[in-house]
Amino acid sequence: MKNINKGGTAKTPEVFFDAQKGSLKIKGRSIPENSIEFYKPVMDWLDQYAKEPHTSTTLNIQLEYFNTSSSKCILDIFKKLERIHNHGTEVSISWHYEPDDEDMQEAGEDYQSLIDIPFTMVEIEV
Amino acid sequence: MNTVLYANSTIMIAKVKRLFKELYQGDILYEYHGNITSDSIDNVLAFIEDKLVQLEVKPSLQKKAFSVIVESIQNLYHNSDENPVDIQTETDKFGVFVISKHDDNISISSGNFIKKEKTKILKARIDQVNSLSPDELKFLYREILNNNEFSDQGGGGLGLIDIARKTGNELKYSFRDFNDKFDFLTMVIHITLND
Repeated sequence: MKNINKGGTAKTPEVFFDAQKGSLKIKGRSIPENSIEFYKPVMDWLDQYAKEPHTSTTLNIQLEYFNTSSSKCILDIFKKLERIHNHGTEVSISWHYEPDDEDMQEAGEDYQSLIDIPFTMVEIEV
Repeated sequence: MNTVLYANSTIMIAKVKRLFKELYQGDILYEYHGNITSDSIDNVLAFIEDKLVQLEVKPSLQKKAFSVIVESIQNLYHNSDENPVDIQTETDKFGVFVISKHDDNISISSGNFIKKEKTKILKARIDQVNSLSPDELKFLYREILNNNEFSDQGGGGLGLIDIARKTGNELKYSFRDFNDKFDFLTMVIHITLND
């Protein structure tokens, strides 16, 4: 299936999803006014990917900012990955945050508490 | 006929300005009143990001302030789509947004019209958020995040909780009577610059 190769903007993150490698990456800022609109193609892609996922899927997510409008979409992405995992393939998420960014670290912990697949907190080396 | 309408709209604009003039306190870094659009949001964000660097605010607090500014102006954007027909400011999303600095605080102030029937619920929500401890806020945030209910904008009611968690300060607000259908809500959020 086609990959997602979306560059970042002042308000939206880069999204690089590679189905052949099972490698998913979201990086940058997620602060659009309407995140549902932005993330719809991402959700559709994951639904398609779920039909034939790679034996091992990894999502690396590194956000500088995200608004509450995005926060539910992000959780939805994690829940779709959880479902893929429940169907028998390996899935893991790495949440990246900068050393003195307590807010982003806490945000990762919020998600970690709600998701039941390997979820690693990664402190970025600056 | 035209003269009468003009006179009425001048009075209305003055009446509106009286509602939010107290938000202009301290050293004003940014102010805007008028139509709140995606472009006006882009403008404030681009400006304030540079300003926070110029003011030599600690990097972690710069991020916090930026995050809270994004959340509060987007809150204004989503909630300021109701205007009394008689304000005649030629906008359909009238809002006020002021960022100011005094001593150890950055203040983020906003104002918008709200229909009176929504006031009670909103006041209750703000009071609730103000009454919760950091742990209680965390718990409530996670609960709402996980409850599968999306508001139109996707946030589902998380904005105020997020702001309260990040600032650790009370959300100050007031509802002022405007006419028989509308109040004017002003909110002030403080970010403490010194630990």
